[in-house]
Amino acid sequence: EENKILFYHPNEVEKNEKIRNVGLCEAIVQFTRTFSPSKPAKSLHTQKNRQFFNEPEENFWMVMVVRNPIIEKQSKDGKPVVEYQEEELLDKVYSSVLQQCYSMYKLFNGTFLKAMEDGGVKLLKERLEKFFHRYLQTLHLQSCDLLDIFGGISFFPLDKMTYLKIQSFINRMEESLSVVKYTAFLYNDQLIWSGLEQDDMRILYKYLTTSLFPRHIEPELAGRDSPIRAEMPGNLQHYGRFLTGPLNLNDPEAKCRFPKIFVNTDDTYEELHLIVYKAMSAAVCFMIDASTQLTLDFCRRLDSIVGPQLTVLASDICEQFNINKRISGSEKEPQFKFIYFNHMNLAEKSTIHMRKTPSVSLTSVHPDLMKILGDINSDFTRPSSNQFFQIQRVVEEVKKLCATQFNNIFFLD
Amino acid sequence: MGGEDYYLELCERPVQFEKANPVNCVFFDEANKQVFAVRSGGATGVVVKGPDDRNPISFRMDDRGEVKCIKFSLENKILAVQRTSKTVDFCNFIPDNSQLEYTQECKTKNANILGFCWTSSTEIVFITDQGIEFYQVLPEKRSLKLLKSHNINVNWYMYCPESAVILLSTTVLENVLQPFYFRAGTMSKLPKFEIELPAAPKSTKLSLSERDIAMATIYGQLYVLFLRHHSRTSNSTGAEVVLYHLPREGACKRMHILKLNRTGKFALNVVDNLVTSVIFDIKLRGESDGTVTFHHPVLPARSIQPYQIPVAGPAAVTSQSPVPCKLYSSSWIVFQPDIIISASQGYLWNLQVKLQPIVNLLPDKGRLMDFLLQRKECKMVILSVCSQMLTESDRATLPVIATVFDKLNHEYKKYLDAEQSYTMAVEAGQSRSNPPLKRPVRTQAVVDQSDVYTHVLSPFVENKEMPHKFVIAVLMEYIRSLNQFQIPVQHYLHELVIKTLVQHNLFYMLHQFLQYHVLSDSKPLVCTACLLLSLESFYPPAHQLSLDMLKRLSTANDEIVEVLLSKHQVLAALRFIRGIGGHDNISARKFLDAAKQTDDVMLFYTIFRFFEQRNQRLRGNPNFTPGEHCEEHVAFFKQVFGEQALMRPTTF
Repeated sequence: EENKILFYHPNEVEKNEKIRNVGLCEAIVQFTRTFSPSKPAKSLHTQKNRQFFNEPEENFWMVMVVRNPIIEKQSKDGKPVVEYQEEELLDKVYSSVLQQCYSMYKLFNGTFLKAMEDGGVKLLKERLEKFFHRYLQTLHLQSCDLLDIFGGISFFPLDKMTYLKIQSFINRMEESLSVVKYTAFLYNDQLIWSGLEQDDMRILYKYLTTSLFPRHIEPELAGRDSPIRAEMPGNLQHYGRFLTGPLNLNDPEAKCRFPKIFVNTDDTYEELHLIVYKAMSAAVCFMIDASTQLTLDFCRRLDSIVGPQLTVLASDICEQFNINKRISGSEKEPQFKFIYFNHMNLAEKSTIHMRKTPSVSLTSVHPDLMKILGDINSDFTRPSSNQFFQIQRVVEEVKKLCATQFNNIFFLD
Repeated sequence: MGGEDYYLELCERPVQFEKANPVNCVFFDEANKQVFAVRSGGATGVVVKGPDDRNPISFRMDDRGEVKCIKFSLENKILAVQRTSKTVDFCNFIPDNSQLEYTQECKTKNANILGFCWTSSTEIVFITDQGIEFYQVLPEKRSLKLLKSHNINVNWYMYCPESAVILLSTTVLENVLQPFYFRAGTMSKLPKFEIELPAAPKSTKLSLSERDIAMATIYGQLYVLFLRHHSRTSNSTGAEVVLYHLPREGACKRMHILKLNRTGKFALNVVDNLVTSVIFDIKLRGESDGTVTFHHPVLPARSIQPYQIPVAGPAAVTSQSPVPCKLYSSSWIVFQPDIIISASQGYLWNLQVKLQPIVNLLPDKGRLMDFLLQRKECKMVILSVCSQMLTESDRATLPVIATVFDKLNHEYKKYLDAEQSYTMAVEAGQSRSNPPLKRPVRTQAVVDQSDVYTHVLSPFVENKEMPHKFVIAVLMEYIRSLNQFQIPVQHYLHELVIKTLVQHNLFYMLHQFLQYHVLSDSKPLVCTACLLLSLESFYPPAHQLSLDMLKRLSTANDEIVEVLLSKHQVLAALRFIRGIGGHDNISARKFLDAAKQTDDVMLFYTIFRFFEQRNQRLRGNPNFTPGEHCEEHVAFFKQVFGEQALMRPTTF
């Protein structure tokens, strides 16, 4: 039985209990399968916990147990009594979190099956241990909400001309750096272009915006790692630098190691180097086949080609963005509060979330309201239409909003 | 290289005339570009041939002494012949006018006539060694009337017929040039200017030779070209051509210096705004010292393409092989702008520039485009250059391709703007203004979207061997360039992009382009939307995408209804049409058909009831009229819900 367990957190739990818990999960899934062979149980509600089940690959199960929130109450005899709030957690939110865990693992490690083929259970266990050990610490389950269900991508609003300039830039980069297979372009942590397919981009976007970018913001704010490099020869001053890979190009000992990612795992199963290069607010991801050996020379070449052009482009975008903002006057406090999600292009937009970081989710509405929204979402989700939730549930208002904010989209009532 | 890179050639069909010999004198008139072959002083005939008219004029005149100069006035109205240094004889060639000769003596005493020039069909200028005299010829009266004259010492003169400017060489060194400008009976004196002669030892008297000066119109401006055999600055060798710009108003200014980088004898011509000898284009960027721009030859020097004298004429039936023509022979005389005459061989050629060989001689594509865009017959060459730079073997980099597109679109936009302001001016009723508005001329340099689509992009996209990444990059680059010049992009370009993306299953890319409105919505894009709809089975979001597009068009409501009905979203379709207030005009039958197809009887009931209510509201009776062809649906309704479920007419 013990051999069935590939990874268990926390590891300190006694072996027999591990086996017992896993056995229980297996039993539940098997039991519910008798009722619904294709869709076994997704979650189990108990007084203290909620358990979420997910079978991302055939015969591989991921289970997550989340404790229900507790409030302490004074009972009649004055003793504090712990009360579990069984209805506080939203199934959909945490199922999505569990799925995301898998997607993130797969992005950096490939599928479970591939690991088994490559190095048997031992390798898979090693990988799981290595990945989840760190990853679980970055999960902040308290602050998960509606947006985690969507796993959407925030797109950067841009005029056509600037967008075309970016296209032109990307095409030129891919031409000069012919080893580059895919490119993605982001500005202000928002996506502008993805050469990757949607599903892969979705998880990569999640990684970039919740992990990689925040990690680099702090040193920037602290003024360390000053981006202007006056020592650059030939007056080629620019603000470009690597977020992954070598920190200092002038250091001959610098390591050119980039994170590897796995994409199109259903299909061509590609392993790629992920180079993230940033100048001011513009970030470009270059993805290069993992079989290509990346040298310091290559990094220097990339830096000298991409750096100056990206710096110019970033200031162009910034300028254009400010012009557009002035025209549309969107600096004003938005009149409506809404969460928009378009399942087609995964575009999301929220005027509720003032700031969303992995640790804090700062919303401008009461948590209760967020919960109601989550409930509405679960009730209304239809698989093939735009999902749209409106706080001021006055139909006329919705129409007005649609007319002002989403004039370009065809809504079914 | 071979013979393929000769970019200068003599025209294929030269004007042929009788060779110069002791009894046959040959004259050339620059104004009418006519060659006069005068046999025995005209007694045995004069044959006049022009470059355009293939019908030579021939006539006889009495031999009254050696002919020094012979020219027709414009339109061949009056013939002027100079036989002495004091007089010019005239003869009318106008029907019904007397053909008797009449004579005019120069007014200035003791002056010698150096020559004469016609400035219109009836106005003539005598240039004497003591000045110029401007006359009007009165053919009916067979006399001349002096309009104006000016006294000045003249060494030699030069006439540019296109701009009607005569240049007089004055002073001992002959290097002070005095221009006069003629127009409709007036003669105006322009400011004189001095040609800087090369520094020379005092002992040798160096004067300005007539042979080193030429006048030509380049890009609409008159220039005086001075061929300086040795540069003024002693450190540089090689001859140079100095271009003095001669404006209608204001002083003449030294503007350009063309470095020939070689020495010897040169023939200067201006062909298609190019100063040839070695090729120069003054519009291409050169180094400037503030007042003068220095130019280096655009192209490496090449001689004129070897020329075979055609064995033409009905007399030459003998199968004689063509005779190679001796190029740059000493018997050649060069006239402006582009004429070369070999009097001894009896040929007049126009010098021509061939663009195709130049393509390979100018490796810098941006410069090549600048050069080609200024040429007259450039369109097909430009398009072939574009095609060539996209081929696998000769592929240019994207930045180069972008530069080329930008240059084309810059020219295209200039034309569009001119056209637009012309249209606006016409609409504003300024058509009778003075000077009258001129519709902008569309030169060959205007290469529009359909040209590029037909000759470049369409074949390029068809080429299956092209990597699709490159194809899309090129298409996007062209669209970017058009946008940059604010030229509305034609729908067929968008369709080309969509087609390419779809062919390679790059739906997510397509989706992103649509999202940023790169493929903007326009009426023909309804077709695009429909195309998208057909893709739905491959890429489900295509459905919503196309609806979004149709919605933005706001003229495609019918299409939206059709799309929804085809998806069996009958209620949604009905709500949509009601939302835009069109529900009184829709066909009940169409909606009922769609509702019936869903096999959802309650939906059918709802739709049926809706139309009953509409009938009631519009006609005061819930029944359907025979014209609506709904009998089948009424029967179905009765069958499912019973007769009593039908709405009753409200009777009062």
